[in-house]
Amino acid sequence: MDRTHTHYGRNELRIAQLFTAVIVVVGLLAVACGSSPAPNSPASAPAEVAGFPVTLDSAAGRVEIATEPERIVSLSPTATEMLFAIDAGGQVVAVDDQSDYPQEVPTTELSGYEPNVEAIASYEPDLIVMDAAPPALQRSFRKLEIPLLLQPAPTDISGTYEQLEELGVATGRVEEAEVLVSEMRAEIDELIAALPTLDEPPTYYHELDDTYFTVTSETFIGEIYSLVGLENIADEAKGAGSGYPQLSPEYIIESDPDLIFLADTECCGQSAETVAERAGWDRIAAVHNGHVVELSDDVASRWGPRVVDLLRNVADAVAALEG
Amino acid sequence: MCATELRPATLRSVWLLTGLAGMGVALVVGVMLGPVSLGPVAIVRELLDRLPLIEVASGLDEREAVILWELRMPRVVLAGLVGAMLALSGAAYQGVFRNPLADPYLLGVAAGAGLGATVAIAYFPASSQWPVDPLPLAAFAGALVAVFATYTLGRSGARSRTASTLILAGVAMASFLTALQTYVQQRESDTLRQVFAWILGQLTTASWPQVTLVLPYLVVSAIVILSHRRLLDVMAVGDEEADSLGVDTRRIRLLIVIAASLGTAAAVSVSGLIAFVGIIVPHTVRLLLGASYRIVLPLSLMLGAAFLILTDLAARTLISPAELPIGVITAVLGAPFFLVVLRRSRSIT
Repeated sequence: MDRTHTHYGRNELRIAQLFTAVIVVVGLLAVACGSSPAPNSPASAPAEVAGFPVTLDSAAGRVEIATEPERIVSLSPTATEMLFAIDAGGQVVAVDDQSDYPQEVPTTELSGYEPNVEAIASYEPDLIVMDAAPPALQRSFRKLEIPLLLQPAPTDISGTYEQLEELGVATGRVEEAEVLVSEMRAEIDELIAALPTLDEPPTYYHELDDTYFTVTSETFIGEIYSLVGLENIADEAKGAGSGYPQLSPEYIIESDPDLIFLADTECCGQSAETVAERAGWDRIAAVHNGHVVELSDDVASRWGPRVVDLLRNVADAVAALEG
Repeated sequence: MCATELRPATLRSVWLLTGLAGMGVALVVGVMLGPVSLGPVAIVRELLDRLPLIEVASGLDEREAVILWELRMPRVVLAGLVGAMLALSGAAYQGVFRNPLADPYLLGVAAGAGLGATVAIAYFPASSQWPVDPLPLAAFAGALVAVFATYTLGRSGARSRTASTLILAGVAMASFLTALQTYVQQRESDTLRQVFAWILGQLTTASWPQVTLVLPYLVVSAIVILSHRRLLDVMAVGDEEADSLGVDTRRIRLLIVIAASLGTAAAVSVSGLIAFVGIIVPHTVRLLLGASYRIVLPLSLMLGAAFLILTDLAARTLISPAELPIGVITAVLGAPFFLVVLRRSRSIT
C-alpha cells in the first residue's frame, strides 16, 4: 500500500510539473522574449513642463512621481540602456543581472525574471522600471509606495520613441530624450533612404536559438526587418498563435531565405560556420552565397537605442545582396 | 498485480506481425508526410532509386532530396528508436518493480539528465570549438550518475533490498537533482527558454549523427531486456516466490535496471524528456493482450516506435510550418490515458 501511495504522488507531481512547464514555456515565449503586445500601449502624454510632480499613464496604470528620482532601479535591460542614453544614468542605483550595457551600469544580483521585492526595496528606490511585472508584484510596490514604470516590448519602433520620451518625463530628462529620439529618427531615415531598390523583397530567417525558434513580423524585431523591406519566412507560421514560433527545419530549407540573421551567437554559440555544417543547410541561398549575418543576441532582443545599430547591420546585409 | 488477466503466454505470430505492421505503417506515413509536401509518388520513386540496380528518376529536386534524406528520414528513425526504447524500458521497469505506474524516469534518469542538460546549456553552449555537441553528453552522463546514485543509496540503506526501497531512493534523488537543476537555471535565467524547450522534449534537430550516437546503446539494452522476458514473468509472482524457484531476483533486477537506464539515458540525451510513452504503450499492450512479459516487451518496443513516430508527425504538421513540443502532445494524450490506468490498477490491487 505504502509503495503505491508514494507512487501516485510522484506521478501526479510529474503531471503538474509538465503542465507547469508548458505554462512557463508559453509564458516565457510571451514575456521573456517580449512578445506580449503592449496591452495598453503607453499613451504617455509628455508633460508640457518638466517640473515634478509628474503623472504618467504607464502600462501598469497611473504612475505618480513626486520629485526627480535619484535612486532608480531598472530591472529591464532595455530600460537600462534607455536611461543611460538619455543621460539619466547618474540617477540609477541598481540594475538587474541581465543589464550589461553600457559598461558602467551598476549591475546587481537582482533579477527581472524572478523579482524579489525585499531585495529590490533594499536599494530604497524612488522609481522602478521593468518590462513585465505580475499583478502581485505591482501591488507590493504600491504598498511600499514606490512608483513602478512598466515598459513592455512594443510592437514597432514608435513604441521605442514613446518609451524614451516617457523615461525622459519620469527622470526629468525630457530634452535629452527628445534629442535622442530625433537623432534616432534621422539616422533610421538615412539608412532606409540609402537602401538599394530591389525588384523583389529579399526573404530572411531570424534565428533565436539552435532549435529554430524565430520571430514573425508581428514582433518588434520583425517590424525592424519590415522597415528595411524584407520578407519574413516565419510569417507563414502565424497560425502558431505566437510571435515566436519554432520552425520545422524542412520548411526553412524549402523556403530558401536570401538572408539568415543569427541572434543566437552568444546563447548557443552559433555562427556562419556552424549553420553551414547543419545537414542540408548548405542548400540555402543565404548559406552558400555567404549571407549569414551574425548579430549580438542582446542587441537583437532589446528595443532600446541600439536598434539603430541593428538596423545598420540589417541594411548592410541587404546592400551586400546587391553586390 | 495484473496476474488476473494472464492470457496465452506465448507471443503469437499474429501479434508479432501486427506489431511489425504497425511500426511499418507509422514509418511510411512519417516519411510521406511533413511540413514540406514532397508528393508520395516522388518519395517512393526516390526510395526505389536508392536501391541497388534500380534507376528511376524521382522528380525530386536536389533540395527536396536533402529534405527527405537529411531531415525527415533521420527524424522519423530517431523518433522510432526513442519511442521503442522508452516503451520497452517502461515495460521492464514495471516488471522489475512490480508497479504498473513505473516509468523509465523512475530512478532519477529524468532529473539527472535535466541537470546535465541545464548545466550544458548554461555553462557550455555548443559552438564550433566542440567536436561534439556537449548537451547530449552531459544529459547522458547526468542520467547515468543519477541512476547509479539511486541504486547505491537504495541498496546500502535497507535491510531488505525490496523494490520499494529503490523507488523511494529514486524519488529522493530526483527531488535533489531537480532542486540543483532549478538552482542552476535560476542563476542563469537567460537560459530558461532553452532549458524548458529541452524538458518538453523535441526531435526538431534530429540528424543521422544523433541516430548513430544512440543506436549502439539502444540495441544492447533492448537485447538484454528482451532476453529476460521469461524471468520477468516469474518475478511477477513476487521476490520470495521467484527466489524459491531459483531465480536470483536481485541480480536480474540490477541487470534490467542497468540496461533500461542505459537505453533511456541514451534516448533522453538526444530527445529531451518525453513523458508518458513508457506508461501509455506498455499498458495498452497489457490491456489488449495480457500481462505476460513475453508479449508485453516485444510489442511495447514495436508500438512504442510507432506511437512516437506518429506523435512526432503531429508535432511537426499540426501547426506547420511551426512545431509543437512533442512532450506536450504525449502528455495531452498521456494524462487522460494515465488516469484510466490509475483507476484500473486501483481496482486490481
